[in-house]
Amino acid sequence: MSEKKTKRRDFLFTATYAVGAVGAAAVVWPMIDQMNPDASVKALASTEVDISSMNPGKTITVLWRGKPVFIRRRTQEEIAEAKAVNLNDLKHPEKDEDRAKNPEWLVMLGVCTHLGCVPLDQKGDYNGWFCPCHGSHYDISGRIRKGPAPTNMEIPEYKFVNNNTIKIG
Amino acid sequence: MSDHEYTPKSKFGKWFNDRLPLLTLASHLTDYPTPKNLNYWWTFGGILTFCLITQIVTGLVLAMHYIAHADMAFDSVEHIMRDVNYGWLIRYIHANGASMFFLAVYIHIFRSLFYGSYKSPREVIWIIGIIIYLLMMAAAFLGYVLPWGQMSFWGATVITNLFSAIPLVGEGIVTWLWGGYSVDNPTLTRFFTLHYLIPFLILGLVVLHIWALHVPGNNNPVGIDIKKPSKDTVPFHPYIVIKDGFALLMFMIVFAFFVFYTPNILGHADNYIEANPLVTPAHIVPEWYLLPFYAILRSVPDKLLGVVAMLSAILILAALPWLDTSKIRSAVFRPLYRQFYWILVADVLILGYVGAMPAEGLYLLVARVATAYYFLHFLVVLPILGYKEKTLPVPLSITEPVLGGSPNLALAKNKEKLEVK
Repeated sequence: MSEKKTKRRDFLFTATYAVGAVGAAAVVWPMIDQMNPDASVKALASTEVDISSMNPGKTITVLWRGKPVFIRRRTQEEIAEAKAVNLNDLKHPEKDEDRAKNPEWLVMLGVCTHLGCVPLDQKGDYNGWFCPCHGSHYDISGRIRKGPAPTNMEIPEYKFVNNNTIKIG
Repeated sequence: MSDHEYTPKSKFGKWFNDRLPLLTLASHLTDYPTPKNLNYWWTFGGILTFCLITQIVTGLVLAMHYIAHADMAFDSVEHIMRDVNYGWLIRYIHANGASMFFLAVYIHIFRSLFYGSYKSPREVIWIIGIIIYLLMMAAAFLGYVLPWGQMSFWGATVITNLFSAIPLVGEGIVTWLWGGYSVDNPTLTRFFTLHYLIPFLILGLVVLHIWALHVPGNNNPVGIDIKKPSKDTVPFHPYIVIKDGFALLMFMIVFAFFVFYTPNILGHADNYIEANPLVTPAHIVPEWYLLPFYAILRSVPDKLLGVVAMLSAILILAALPWLDTSKIRSAVFRPLYRQFYWILVADVLILGYVGAMPAEGLYLLVARVATAYYFLHFLVVLPILGYKEKTLPVPLSITEPVLGGSPNLALAKNKEKLEVK
């Protein structure tokens, strides 16, 4: 047996393994990716909400992408309270201005950032939201103040189409 | 596998066995030498096999009537309960069967812990058992989602969100698991598929579990190695078959009590309300068999660390054969371990209790202490105990303490002395 022949065989083995691995990956990826959101799920990406009948101090919950979105028309006291908070007291420091473009309207995902429950309105130690599942307290800007949740409640992409309509997504 | 060669009596049997040695296997299983001192705590292997078969058979029947669709699942379960002939019975057996399965598996696991059945040379049996236990939890969780009630929906939301704790890729994984941006129809259909698959994976692992068991043979209450076959063993059939059968009958009485008298006591009333993605139930609690781990999850104030602690609490069991440094298997001869064992049992029960209570105030404090102790038991107490503990003398055979009247050699010797006096 010459050394050259052994090397040729080694090359063939390696090439076979490599092609086999690429082939396997090409088959596995569709199997994995089919579980990601499909076209029909992605198509329902935006929702328009009529807010003309909302008075200050009222919260409504709308469904967007299967998740609740809280829309609260905040009172002047609540806005003042949200702005007065010292950023050093926050676990996830965010200014209220950055969370509510128009301070009167707070639009956020009503999903606790701990494990995804829907927090309850006007409950908890900070006059905002309280998650009944594992006891996270959020303030009137939806920022986490106490409990296991790691971050503030998320602000979705939204815009005011006109004075009476908000488009989420 | 068997120590003796087996030859079928009939001509056809011999012809068949030469081609596929099923009769040799059957002969091995019936003659399998079993320690003669096995107590009733050893009957739960058979009981668990019964539980698995029950779940597969009732599940198969339920799948003929259930519809895995977010708009129809809840109604189809009510259809099973009201319209399908004996549907109520089959569903109640399946739902309570899950609880009975876990009841039996916890007794089975704690029996191993007491008698040191996880120790060399039985580590592989033990680890396969832990994998089966993990799959059981997965199957139970997936199955609980299928009726599409409020607890189904929010339990699914909370458990799938555990994956969002993984840094960087967590959110992507959760979206992938859901097949959308929240728990919805795509989630339900895949959960149904996986719930159907897992019992058969468990069945395969049970075969490996028993195969691995038949290599060294059963551990026993005295925890010593015995010669097989010998004076210390009896054949599996009829001795163990009858004993397992009797224990199974007792177990079925308990099972039937739940099915016929309190079929909903182990469930949650909220699950008879159809899933509503806008309202979370005021108090989310998993099924009773997951409560200790739920308590561990909630006792850690950080999201990622909470998930890590919960998973570690289960996976630490797989490392048990190496964490327990004692050469003596049975707690009968380990006076200190015996006490720590019962403290651990109490600790797990306490975790289960606080897991069902709101995570605040005194409950949270108790949960934290109990969580810390749980890990302390495995990571500190067990490794040290192997070196520090003064164990009692172990008998040389099973027959010795039996004839002496006690599994404890020292006690047996004492008794002999007293009798002499």
